[in-house]
Amino acid sequence: MSLLKIFRKGIWKENAVFKLLLGMCPLLAVTTSAENGLGMGLASTFVLVCSNTVVAILRKLIPPKVRIPAFIIIIATFVTVVQLCMEAWIYGLYQALGIFIPLIVVNCLILGRAEAFASKRPIIDSAVDGLGMGLGFTLALFILGSVREIFGAGELLGFSLFGAAYQPVLLMILPPGAFISLGLLLAIMNRFEAAKS
Amino acid sequence: MKEMSRLLITLTLIAACAGLILSLVESATREPIKEQRRLQMLKALSAVLPEFDNSPDTDIVTLQKGVDKKGAPVEVVFYRARKADQLVGTAFKVIAPDGYTGNIEIMVGVDPEQQVNAIEILAHAETPGLGSKIEETWFKDLFKGKNLDNVDWRVKKDGGEFEQITGATISPRAIVTAVKKGLEFYRDNKAKILAEGGQQ
Repeated sequence: MSLLKIFRKGIWKENAVFKLLLGMCPLLAVTTSAENGLGMGLASTFVLVCSNTVVAILRKLIPPKVRIPAFIIIIATFVTVVQLCMEAWIYGLYQALGIFIPLIVVNCLILGRAEAFASKRPIIDSAVDGLGMGLGFTLALFILGSVREIFGAGELLGFSLFGAAYQPVLLMILPPGAFISLGLLLAIMNRFEAAKS
Repeated sequence: MKEMSRLLITLTLIAACAGLILSLVESATREPIKEQRRLQMLKALSAVLPEFDNSPDTDIVTLQKGVDKKGAPVEVVFYRARKADQLVGTAFKVIAPDGYTGNIEIMVGVDPEQQVNAIEILAHAETPGLGSKIEETWFKDLFKGKNLDNVDWRVKKDGGEFEQITGATISPRAIVTAVKKGLEFYRDNKAKILAEGGQQ
């Protein structure tokens, strides 16, 4: 499989959110705005690329019996690195994402890629897979965050879209809004796919 | 046995490397994080205090307010702002335990006449769009110039003088009560809080 193909499958064909329905917890929780979604997605992408690379480097050294704890240690290390760096240099976003940064550790997308891909493939392939999957995840978070922010606050990335007269649909910012918009998005995508085939 | 030791050694090595990396990152980020927290604190202090030229985050007095459920002391820190060595205001943090969803942390600034200069909401988890309106300026401004004697410290729904928020009475009520308690504590301990020197 060419590198481009590996990269592209993460964005669309095997998109973590739209196709595999992985990583639902951060997806539903932090997408109250497009900016939060983008920040969470990029943080996860960084962890995914790093953990995939390291797992691929060590794949022949780690005995199969202890691979899961080994993967978890590697992932947790990078998550802590991200958390410390965000707190030091992008404090605002750090506060907005709060508890969900440490919880990247248990995002099953990341462990899933380490187990299903990086532990069996060469280093470059694994890094590219991590990048593709991570950006696919970021895209999904960004789309969902934008939809919720547009309807729930009448803004996009903090810019007012409809003027002061717009009465925001509060529900979209609240937890049920996450489920409703994700459900509708998935339905639209399935319809789109069905029409194509 | 041989396999067992291999498992142990691999995991130990990985964990040791992880530990090493983390200690390096931690030492690199320690100072910037401290600075960020200090800036955050100073931002909150400047929002509630009149103009000052000292650093109130180090000119502090700590008093014990009581004990919590486990018997640990609850402390309140008073930040004192000065301009040309004259005390212009004091800020302290109050926590409203009875918000709609969890605690609401509020920074209160008072002038030397015990009037509220301004309040700032530091942290809350109120419902977005309803209770979260406590963050809006018009609500925070309700407290400006109020002291324990010139206003009835209850929301209008309870017969007081503070405007509540449509659809969210609980959050403003919690804040009004907490600020009032903070002011009472300030009044009762004024001598200690304003004592010269304090601790650094």
